[in-house]
Amino acid sequence: MKVLVCVTQTLEVSTYIELTPDGCAIDPAFATALVNEADLCAVEEALVLVEADGGGEVVLVSVGEEGAEQALRSALSLGPERAVRVWGEGVVLADTRSVAGALLACIESEAPDLVLTGVQSSDTGAQSVGPALAAMWGVACVPVGRRLSTSDSTLRLEREFEAGLVERVEVDLPALVTVQVGANTPRYGSFKDKMRAKKADISVVAPSTLPPSRITLTRMEAAPTGSGRSLELIEGGPSAVATRIMDLVREAQS
Amino acid sequence: MTRSLVLAEVVDGVLAPVTAQAVTAAVSLGGEVVLALVAQDPQSLVPDASLIGVTEIVTVAVPGSDRDHEQSLAAAAALVADVQPDQVIAGFTIRSSAFAAALGHKLDLGVITDAIAVYRDDSQNLVATRSIYAGRVRAHVVIDGARPGIVLVRPSIWEPADPGGSPVVRVLTVEIPTSRVRTIELVRPSGGVDLSSADVIFSIGRGAGSQENVANFAAMAAKLGVALGASRPIIDAGWLPAAHQVGQTGSTVKPRLYVAFGISGALHHLAGMQNSRTIVVVNSDRNAPLFDNADIGAIEDIHDVIEQLTLLA
Repeated sequence: MKVLVCVTQTLEVSTYIELTPDGCAIDPAFATALVNEADLCAVEEALVLVEADGGGEVVLVSVGEEGAEQALRSALSLGPERAVRVWGEGVVLADTRSVAGALLACIESEAPDLVLTGVQSSDTGAQSVGPALAAMWGVACVPVGRRLSTSDSTLRLEREFEAGLVERVEVDLPALVTVQVGANTPRYGSFKDKMRAKKADISVVAPSTLPPSRITLTRMEAAPTGSGRSLELIEGGPSAVATRIMDLVREAQS
Repeated sequence: MTRSLVLAEVVDGVLAPVTAQAVTAAVSLGGEVVLALVAQDPQSLVPDASLIGVTEIVTVAVPGSDRDHEQSLAAAAALVADVQPDQVIAGFTIRSSAFAAALGHKLDLGVITDAIAVYRDDSQNLVATRSIYAGRVRAHVVIDGARPGIVLVRPSIWEPADPGGSPVVRVLTVEIPTSRVRTIELVRPSGGVDLSSADVIFSIGRGAGSQENVANFAAMAAKLGVALGASRPIIDAGWLPAAHQVGQTGSTVKPRLYVAFGISGALHHLAGMQNSRTIVVVNSDRNAPLFDNADIGAIEDIHDVIEQLTLLA
């Protein structure tokens, strides 16, 4: 069984931020780059599936430049066999459809049985790349999934809805699943895997065709401080904090 | 004149609250507002869907459940072809997100999800504002005015449209393909927790540290008569049932008082509680993003504060 896992780099921004000169991205000096948490859960899910299936391959793919390269090396340290980076003229990272179109190029050359993505990127959270990619590839998409298992060419899993509702479903492979954050605890790779990830040869694929971009990110700005709320800090230690909270509770309950 | 197509969110055969909020977002753009009801028995939803500002209701009867997103996609595509809207608006929910990007691809339309504002700019382009990077950044995304766009609006941002409208109602027949995603079993959450109507919610996050601490916190909350919420890691650890989860894949809440203990405030959680009337945050880490969105904060070890609250309860 061959599982392709799409990973992306996300940014954790500091309280004070500055934007790049074009106003469309965070200045990297004010952010910490990490592999998207849900994507690591997708990698873990893929590794377990392939192990249970008695063999196969987990291949990673990411769209972008240095950020994608870093995300792939971090995720490779969990143990996947290899990684592919997709980049080329016309790819718009701020447009999830463009990213999905770029990923499709890799699907076409790898022909996986299953594609996994994280449910959403933790920083910009559009929940769109997976469903768009499945539509382009022409396979069924199961969003917000966990507990994946396969028998022959059928995939069984749970999908989550709001407020704790869970639906157990099955779908024929090939298919695409967006994996829920916290679906599992991603492993720490071995020292050997970490060294291998560092030195891995990551091939670069250029998409031949991309869907037209119908949206444009025109500008970003720092959100108004506290989203219109102004923070009052309670001083005086835990007992003063508890007393104040109790007052607020009584007021709200009255 | 502009025309919006609002896709109603139907959960267990009932109109979900985000529908009336999406109608308000559509009404703010002016023009006609067509509300589509895609359900097994859409006629039964018409009274609740007759909201002020809705000019027309289009019903689509479908065989499958409201969780069948391939069915939703087929219905939505037929609705767009029939209604010819300038924009399609729906709630940013798991059900809508499951098909919106596919709809955008199928019809070659721009899609913007999780919008907190939507408007037309001076050139009549559709613009949506997104709140990203844990609420610290606003991004403005434009859909070219020459083509319709799809916008999914974040729940609890817009006020709900009021009932009492008298829209025209008509039926649209759509051929629905059999979904490739087959249901085996539906598992409903246990516990009967209803966070959405609570006046006061105490929520606990990763800072809890152990299942025992969560149990003590739950006992304290019960004694105070406040609802018990939690962030994602507590649910993932199996320390509380999923029904307690506040956030994008849990419940979106709007209580009079929301007190967060040991929750850092990831985008996922923030989007589920940011419209609470008063937000109190207790966290030992002053850099927790949730402090940006709080009215009252305390930089304290949550265990010390919970201990004191237990004494007062």
